[in-house]
Amino acid sequence: MVDVNGAEYEREVDARRLLIHFVRDDLGLTGSHIGCDTGNCGACSMIVDGTLVKSCMMLAVQADGARIETVEGLAENGELSGLQQAFSDKHALQCGYCTPGMLMSATALLRSNPNPSEEEVRKGIQGNICRCTGYVNIVEAIKSMGEAS
Amino acid sequence: MLLREVEYARPASVGDAVRLLSSNDGARALAGGQTLINVMKARAASPDVLVDLQDLDELRGIELAADGTLTIGAMVTYTDVIESAEARARPILGEVCAQIADVQVRNRGTIGGNVCSNDPTNHLPPLMVALGATMQIAGTEGDRSVPADEFFLGVYTTAAGPGELLTNISIPAGRDDGFASVPIGKDGTCIVNAAASLGGGALRVAIGCVDAVPVVVEPTSDDDETVRSAVRDARLDPPDDVHASADYRRHLAEVLAVRAVEHARTRGS
Repeated sequence: MVDVNGAEYEREVDARRLLIHFVRDDLGLTGSHIGCDTGNCGACSMIVDGTLVKSCMMLAVQADGARIETVEGLAENGELSGLQQAFSDKHALQCGYCTPGMLMSATALLRSNPNPSEEEVRKGIQGNICRCTGYVNIVEAIKSMGEAS
Repeated sequence: MLLREVEYARPASVGDAVRLLSSNDGARALAGGQTLINVMKARAASPDVLVDLQDLDELRGIELAADGTLTIGAMVTYTDVIESAEARARPILGEVCAQIADVQVRNRGTIGGNVCSNDPTNHLPPLMVALGATMQIAGTEGDRSVPADEFFLGVYTTAAGPGELLTNISIPAGRDDGFASVPIGKDGTCIVNAAASLGGGALRVAIGCVDAVPVVVEPTSDDDETVRSAVRDARLDPPDDVHASADYRRHLAEVLAVRAVEHARTRGS
């Protein structure tokens, strides 16, 4: 049993099923991406019980009873959240593949550090790889959330 | 399917965990999973039973005793150490944990996992050896203590054998510690690392990534040339691989031992 973005789901899973595959394929929430099979890229990042994790490095069974937040939960009533709007405004995405993971890492960072420095932002997204943007605009977008508050 | 089929158990106590681990040959403990899940994805290891330790709250404590001894539970995460007020009694712990991988890995990865997986490139084995830590291990015949010097036995092999569980690590009081490494990329895997401690007037340096287990060097004084000479006398025989030649690792061992000792020496100032 899991709570994902406020909705409850109950499913039976094989012990070997990774959390990312469970969320994408069993629950149909394909916003979280799989970019590698080695736990390096962070495109699968989610927040589980308030903690940022790479969901490809967790078994679904380990999340039994947990409250999970994925990228689908960021938009409010169909409107982009402030963070998502900042990513759009600052051109912090090109192909968009790393973006869900970046957004979740940024969300986790801003919760514990509402006004991060550039270095703190870079440290906060260290577990997320982007091949398109060179990171600069991603850092700008996240930093702009701090300056706004 | 990435992982092989596996059975899963989530014990509610250390006693239950030890029973499960000792009654199944193919049982492995699952801590944070930041090493084991990846290993299972690659099928480099495929345990028959995963014994998930996440409900064992008794392994998540960080306690500072009156005499300054710090006791850290095996399921304590790197993030827990970094954020712990008690762990600040020995600042090198949080400083080294903060250099490991990234936020996501640090949120799940555990001290016990790092120490028990004993990959030669891990950060904590040389650090625990330099600090003179003691490991507490639970087994079917009861608990036992093993000093860090005797805990790391070989690649991926420690004194916590099949059917046993590392429960916590005790670190004596002290603050004059240093750590230096050359990793692959910032906060990546170490090519060579070194931990140093000036506890009790004696200098202890432990070098990682150059052998199956941390290599201890005890220079007679803390000046650069004595440290370098002590490392040379250890006659290291490090691996040659795509990241560094054996010669370069031997060179790095000297450089990093000096840097770790300097870090330990200048900490108070």
